[in-house]
Amino acid sequence: MAMLHIVNQSPFERDSLASCLTLSLPGAGILLIEDAVVAVRTGSRVAEDLLAAMTDRHIYALGPDLDARGIARDTILPGIRCVDYAGFVQLTTEHNTLQSWL
Amino acid sequence: MKFGIMVNTGPYTHQAAHTAYQFTRAALASGHEIYRVFFYHDGVHNASRLTVPPQDENNLIQQWSDLADAHNLDLVVCVAAAQRRGLLDAETAARHGKDAHNLAPGFRISGLGQLVEAGIEADRLLVFGD
Amino acid sequence: MPSSPPTKRFLCVNRKAPHGTGYAAEALEAVLMTAAFDQRLSLAFLDDGVYQLVQGQDTSDIGLKHFSATFKALGDFDVRTVYVDVESLEARGLTPSDLLPLHYEDEADDWAVKDLIQWVTRAQLAEIMDAQDVVLSF
Repeated sequence: MAMLHIVNQSPFERDSLASCLTLSLPGAGILLIEDAVVAVRTGSRVAEDLLAAMTDRHIYALGPDLDARGIARDTILPGIRCVDYAGFVQLTTEHNTLQSWL
Repeated sequence: MKFGIMVNTGPYTHQAAHTAYQFTRAALASGHEIYRVFFYHDGVHNASRLTVPPQDENNLIQQWSDLADAHNLDLVVCVAAAQRRGLLDAETAARHGKDAHNLAPGFRISGLGQLVEAGIEADRLLVFGD
Repeated sequence: MPSSPPTKRFLCVNRKAPHGTGYAAEALEAVLMTAAFDQRLSLAFLDDGVYQLVQGQDTSDIGLKHFSATFKALGDFDVRTVYVDVESLEARGLTPSDLLPLHYEDEADDWAVKDLIQWVTRAQLAEIMDAQDVVLSF
């Protein structure tokens, strides 16, 4: 299966997510962890970019990182799937190559 | 599945070191094999046995050591990155005339080739960094 | 030819400017080590990482080691593919002529001196990234 991209930087601070979105192919997975999870809140400045990406890529957010930042599940963009650490591991096994966007 | 893990940040400064630990633990719990955890850049600070965090905080260094003990993990600290940052095992300390060494139990110091080997041998290599 | 184990495609992704953090310098050390392992190694420079290859870097007054000259030796370490994202250059007001000329001698072509850098668009780079086995991100 395709590549899993892992982004851990806030899109309000770095261009990691922006670059990942332009450099990921249809079918890829994008997992947001650590500070990158601030991207997924409804109404965020990058929400439109994520919604556009979700037309051909799967976007995931690491639940423990959402919880740690007080981002309630009912405030995040529809279509984003939350995973725990076991789900993170599962995603890495389901994709052939892993690329971290630091 | 066999995982190689690369850790490039120190504990307490950046979450990546803590995420790497949580991932490693979860991978083991799911029945996967951790071929090696390689500590590079500031990640070498994960191996300092002189770390004394406040009692109400997790001691990540101790957690790595305990995990290595429980699962026979290969925790490898890059020698060049470690020496730059003052992370020495007894042998290196003696060789450089230093009066202390601080490598925590369960870790070993070796070269960057160990990272490349992990990339070759593991099914997945995952980088945690900043 | 002696039989050898199957090689993997390694890509070292450089996205950070040099000097401000130690990532670029230590990434280069990892690259040189990887090159010694006879794997299929490529480097990609994008975003601020393109600044690692800019000519005329002088670190003498900032107290940090100058390492960009090491890039010129990549060809000698049998690195054959260095990708530079032209869109990252343009976004920073840079052109290809601002970067270090990197060369290698092609053994299969009577040691002809050839350019090491391949200028790629982000669309091309996306395909290149997707074709890798191991991505070392810095």
